[in-house]
Amino acid sequence: MTTPLQSALHPAGPDAALIAQLSWILFGGAAIIFVAVMALLALSLRPNKRPIATRWWIAGAGIAFPVVVLTALLVWSTWRSAELTPQTSRGAMSIGVTAKMWWWEVRYHDPASGREVVSANEIRIPTGRPVYVGLTSTDVIHSLWIPALNGKMDTVPGRVNGLTLHADKPGIYRGQCAEYCGAQHARMALYVVAMAPDEFARWLAREAQPAQAPSSALVERGRAAFLEQRCQSCHMIRGLAGAEHARLGPDLTHVGGRTHIAAGTLRNHRGTLAGWIADPQAIKPGARMPAATDIDGATLQALAAYLEQLK
Amino acid sequence: MRNHFPLPAPPLARCLGAAGLCLVLLAGCGKEKAPRQVSGGEPAQGQRLMAQYQCTACHAIPEVPGAVGNAGPPLDQFGRRSYIAGGIPNTPDNLTRWLDNPQALKPGSAMPDLGVSPEEARHMAAYLLTLR
Repeated sequence: MTTPLQSALHPAGPDAALIAQLSWILFGGAAIIFVAVMALLALSLRPNKRPIATRWWIAGAGIAFPVVVLTALLVWSTWRSAELTPQTSRGAMSIGVTAKMWWWEVRYHDPASGREVVSANEIRIPTGRPVYVGLTSTDVIHSLWIPALNGKMDTVPGRVNGLTLHADKPGIYRGQCAEYCGAQHARMALYVVAMAPDEFARWLAREAQPAQAPSSALVERGRAAFLEQRCQSCHMIRGLAGAEHARLGPDLTHVGGRTHIAAGTLRNHRGTLAGWIADPQAIKPGARMPAATDIDGATLQALAAYLEQLK
Repeated sequence: MRNHFPLPAPPLARCLGAAGLCLVLLAGCGKEKAPRQVSGGEPAQGQRLMAQYQCTACHAIPEVPGAVGNAGPPLDQFGRRSYIAGGIPNTPDNLTRWLDNPQALKPGSAMPDLGVSPEEARHMAAYLLTLR
């Protein structure tokens, strides 16, 4: 059986495993109590039975039983919750995530240069160690939920909330905005790619590099079209002169290396890139990106090809 | 109870003639051309491939899940269409070649070459021609 992409019942890390265990205990307990109540109901419907005094029902099933069960549950869940990884950046790798309507900006710290490496809509983490994600928002309240790795954490404008991601094994885990945030809330997803530590280090070193120079005539034409169409008004491509400042839209320096575009909406290849550029409003109505209006087919191809090779 | 106003029974020949005419008319209704066949193409597989390549990023295809793009024409009833890309006759062979590499048939088209293999293109063509 393949593991579901996004499931709290298929935990991939210690914190998610603990939450899943708590959930199963609750499901099991609720099922037992439900069956017991139904059994009592069936018993009560039998004719000619001597009724039990009402006060015993109230004292026993109404007071004593909930007090015992809920107290036990409270003690046990408090004790277990204390074993969750503390939400702190101490001893953990730190990543910054800023939620925006309707995508995620992701910032890493490059240990080699000490600089910030900006990406979007995909969080890459090394396996086997806690990764502290500092969460904030620049517009409304969003919430980051990657069910296979941890619980939800809200992103609130003006403050930083912490969420620890800890993946046991390499894999791709889908996450989703879990706080209604406007028209495209449902298409505000992201993917967490957990990689072996050495692989992650290689990836980060590459991600820190500026975009590579065009390698073919088609790609060169796409690069020119990017500037001609003023894409750099919103999107940054490090290493492309004149396009190194804007941060309104996702950083595209290594967009070709991501698994998805438009915050988990489309898988990433030149076809979806072209379709997205041509008319993002059809795919994600209300998104901040306007549709291309004066771009011919061949230029669209070149632009998509250029973005695709930014790996 | 007796029927005071019996209707005259129609002659058998006229009856048969009317029935025959009905049959001919009904047969005419069903006389639509069957979907054009693509040799080696499996429509069900083609439908899966349409989802896999995310054709819906540009084309609205009712039976394929995904985004509802608007950059390309909607593909419902594509099997009835006379032309691909506004000029190439919509034959199984042309459609297969188009899906395999649109740029080769119509340079400058906004539809990209997605790296669809000729075999995959046959499946997708078979599926598209069933959309009627």
